[in-house]
Amino acid sequence: MTSQPHRLPDRGRVDRARPLDFVFDGTPLTGYRGDTLASALLANGVHRTGRSVRLGRPRGIHTAGSEEPCALVQVESPFPEPLVPATTLELHEGLRASSLAGRGRLSPDQDPARYDTLHAHCDLLVVGAGPAGLAAALAAAHSGARVVLADEQPEPGGSLLGTGEYVDGLPGAVWAARARTEIEAAGARFLPRTTVSGYFDDNYLLAVERRTAHLGDLAPASVSRERVWRIRARRVLLATGAHERSLAFADNDRPGIMLAGAARAYLHRWGVLPGRRAVVLTTNDSAYAGAGELAAAGLDIAAVLDARPRPGRRAARAARAGLDVRAGQVVLGTGGEEHLSSVTAAVRGDADRTAQDLDADLLLVSGGWSPAVHLYSQSGGRLRFDEGLGAFLPAGSRQRVESAGAARGIGNLAGCLADGAAAGRRLVEAEGFPAGRTASYATEPEEAETPPVHLYVVPGRGGSGHARHFVDLARDVTVADLGRATRAGLRSVEHIKRHTTAGTGRDQGRTSALLTTGALAQLLGAEVGELGTTTFRAPYHPVSMAALAGRDRGRLFDPVRVTPLHAWHTAHGAAFENVGQWKRAWYYPREGEDMAAAVERECRAARTGVALMDASTLGKIDVQGPDAGVFLDRLYTNMMSTLKVGRIRYGVMCRADGMVFDDGTVLRAGPDRFLATTTTGNAAAVLDWMEQWLQTEWTDLRVRCTSVTDHWATLALVGPASRALLAGLAPDLAVDNDSFPFMSLRDAVVAGVRARVCRISFSGELAYEINVRSWEAPAVWESLYEAGRPLDLTPYGTETMHVLRAEKGYPIIGQDTDGTVTPQDLGMSWVVSKKKADFLGRRSHSRADTSRADRPQLVALLPADPHFLLPEGTQLVAEDTLPAERPVPMLGNVTSSYRSAALDRTFALALVKGGRERTGQLLYARTGEALVPVTVAHPVLYDPEGERRDG
Amino acid sequence: MLLIACPWCGPRDEAEFHYGPEAHHDHPADPALLSDEEWGRYLFFHDNTHGPRAERCCHSAGCRRWFHTVRDTAHHEILAVHRIGEPKPETA
Repeated sequence: MTSQPHRLPDRGRVDRARPLDFVFDGTPLTGYRGDTLASALLANGVHRTGRSVRLGRPRGIHTAGSEEPCALVQVESPFPEPLVPATTLELHEGLRASSLAGRGRLSPDQDPARYDTLHAHCDLLVVGAGPAGLAAALAAAHSGARVVLADEQPEPGGSLLGTGEYVDGLPGAVWAARARTEIEAAGARFLPRTTVSGYFDDNYLLAVERRTAHLGDLAPASVSRERVWRIRARRVLLATGAHERSLAFADNDRPGIMLAGAARAYLHRWGVLPGRRAVVLTTNDSAYAGAGELAAAGLDIAAVLDARPRPGRRAARAARAGLDVRAGQVVLGTGGEEHLSSVTAAVRGDADRTAQDLDADLLLVSGGWSPAVHLYSQSGGRLRFDEGLGAFLPAGSRQRVESAGAARGIGNLAGCLADGAAAGRRLVEAEGFPAGRTASYATEPEEAETPPVHLYVVPGRGGSGHARHFVDLARDVTVADLGRATRAGLRSVEHIKRHTTAGTGRDQGRTSALLTTGALAQLLGAEVGELGTTTFRAPYHPVSMAALAGRDRGRLFDPVRVTPLHAWHTAHGAAFENVGQWKRAWYYPREGEDMAAAVERECRAARTGVALMDASTLGKIDVQGPDAGVFLDRLYTNMMSTLKVGRIRYGVMCRADGMVFDDGTVLRAGPDRFLATTTTGNAAAVLDWMEQWLQTEWTDLRVRCTSVTDHWATLALVGPASRALLAGLAPDLAVDNDSFPFMSLRDAVVAGVRARVCRISFSGELAYEINVRSWEAPAVWESLYEAGRPLDLTPYGTETMHVLRAEKGYPIIGQDTDGTVTPQDLGMSWVVSKKKADFLGRRSHSRADTSRADRPQLVALLPADPHFLLPEGTQLVAEDTLPAERPVPMLGNVTSSYRSAALDRTFALALVKGGRERTGQLLYARTGEALVPVTVAHPVLYDPEGERRDG
Repeated sequence: MLLIACPWCGPRDEAEFHYGPEAHHDHPADPALLSDEEWGRYLFFHDNTHGPRAERCCHSAGCRRWFHTVRDTAHHEILAVHRIGEPKPETA
């Protein structure tokens, strides 16, 4: 077999000096640089590219562009990619691809390519570099406006690349290349291989530029494979062209049946004749130019079937040139197994008497053109149905967007060029840029157009039904399927789309939407215009997740926050846990220890000796100003304004609904200066909360809030031996209990560094929080660690912190609470001021719902088996057998659960309905299939008298 | 992606902002004087507007200032912005 038997020797824009070898379905084939996979396959006589998704019917190349519904192939190498249209896949060395049956295969391997993102701002974004888009960009580029022109194809020209038309005496593609040069020389940006896929609010558009995929194996690793452009445009001009569509006749899906405009493009752009003997079926004038050119290039055209009874002047000219134009005829059906072999033609409306079989291996169909209004509709634009054109057209948008050329129904080259030029000029002038003289363009004269006939479904022979009249080739949806949907009572195109899946393929119904609606209108006896369109949503064209992720993956997915002591923790073998964005030391396992053993050892050290923890992640907010005390009184449930300088108070914050939002300590550093601490994960939310009140409702308060979380490092020194250790490192600090009582602070020199030492305990033990400037933390930590060696100072992590606090019944906001828990539910009525006139949440605490007796309350649970660890989240019930009643009445759930070294048993905290009244009761915890008995206890299990606090 | 005109910084991308609650729905001066029902109205009842709605907005990744926007909830178009304390614009 000769290589590329369907390639014409002297036509097309492929580079014959650069042949390319590729493999399709295991067969080695040859094409040229400039080919798409589709054009190279057609040059080799290959039409069939797979089977259909639902019915398994053979399907082939139907179009010549991104609207392709059928020829979706699997790229096997260089990197596997599913469902790539053969019609846009640029041929490259090393390409291996295979046919598919409607579904592709994702690669199991990680994509090695890089992806990137760029932001762009412009005065005018022109989408589409066809005649209208190029003319618009030419008119706008010299004005000084920032102009961006994006086009999905590798080179500018749009339809000009595939029609062989001339502009200003130059072949269209040559004119387009020159226009590009001029546009870029004037400072505009041209983005080839860039599909604008999303049109969002305030003229924000998302486009994807395919930078290296077309280079195959030669793609440089240093260049991102795809780049997402996030474009904010003052004005947008959509010159997105129009998509040709087919008609629904019997067996309209065989390989060899192609849109008429596509065959014309294969001739002009790629020098390929996609068949030997063709029948043309059209409802409009647009098919004639291509039919004449294909015939002149050697395609045998058996007949041109024009559905119009009086096809008009262009048809007459084609007939004079020797084509067999048959007015008022349509296609009844087609024959052939793997490829089209015959076409049955007949007079429309008189099928049975006039049917005639024509031998053909190619059927070229033009059912009319649908303007690409997808982006216009995404912008919030309205569409109206134009009865004359038989098309939905842009009809006004609240955004600053216009359409030009075929995208708004203009059907000829001269009209598109003039329309684009006028629009480009108008839009930049609207932004204040003088566009100067607008060029006009010379095109070849055309005969007057004859209006199209609006035809969608062509009945088959003898009422043979519509089970093979396809409206959506991508989804295998037929007129019969639409009939079932309408008989089921559906009328809305949205419902029918979902019922039948018409329009939900990769192409999102580019070539099928109007055909579907037209067929429905016929079934329902309605007008196409009143049925309307389904909603157009982004993305217009599939966008890969990798492109959207860009560089924000792996290590760069989310910032990681570490404390100044992170290197020490790492060097000492800490396991880490994520708390918000923080990496916190979780526990420090020694050789041979598991987590439980390490935590038990750390807990024991804190309760019996001395232990050290990095608490630097605590949120810290510096609150300053003459009204700081008043401000904090309103935020916290307890009184803060009465705090004496040098003293510390624990406080709880509620939202207006009375539910606990955060807790922490507040220290008073001076008359007008407080430092509030927050839970690690809530620091930003608390600062936002404070700022919102100050800026929106309490604007009279003179208070400023600043986050100082990262400025201070906090080292928690815990345990009975902590006082002696601190005394040794801070010789000038009086550490005895009378001089330095609980909940007070001292500024002192610790290990030679200025520090603020606070007597705060989150463990119930004698403890100090040593705050130093963050860059001095490693030195102070090392000094403590060295000085603590004789006392076996033990570093501990967050797990031990959790156990120690739970033994004391201290809740963690967000773990033991869930946004429906009041301070009273936590047994902390003592922290709620009775004296203050008001604070956020106060009024809610006297609502009927917050004062009922059966509210969930914080209690401790002791499993009957002291070794059994209750899973957190376990539900609690009253009886040891589940009642038949459904749903089973639940009493509450476990919020925290640990093994305690101090108690020598397991224990848990839980929220239990009316829990405090149940102290001593036996409840049952549902774990797996078992009901485990547990006893309700007061939440403070360890040192309830608080005797250990002062050492 | 909205372009929001911060009254202090000018037009900035939506990603820099954080939306807040309904504007002009202020905390009562003395909640203790309110009945349960009146307090419940403040806590739980908000206009579910279809159309222009005044709401708080914070330029959280910019100047960190709160201000008010009037946004049409039907399509998110921001019709006006104003600083806290300035009267609600006519559009709302």
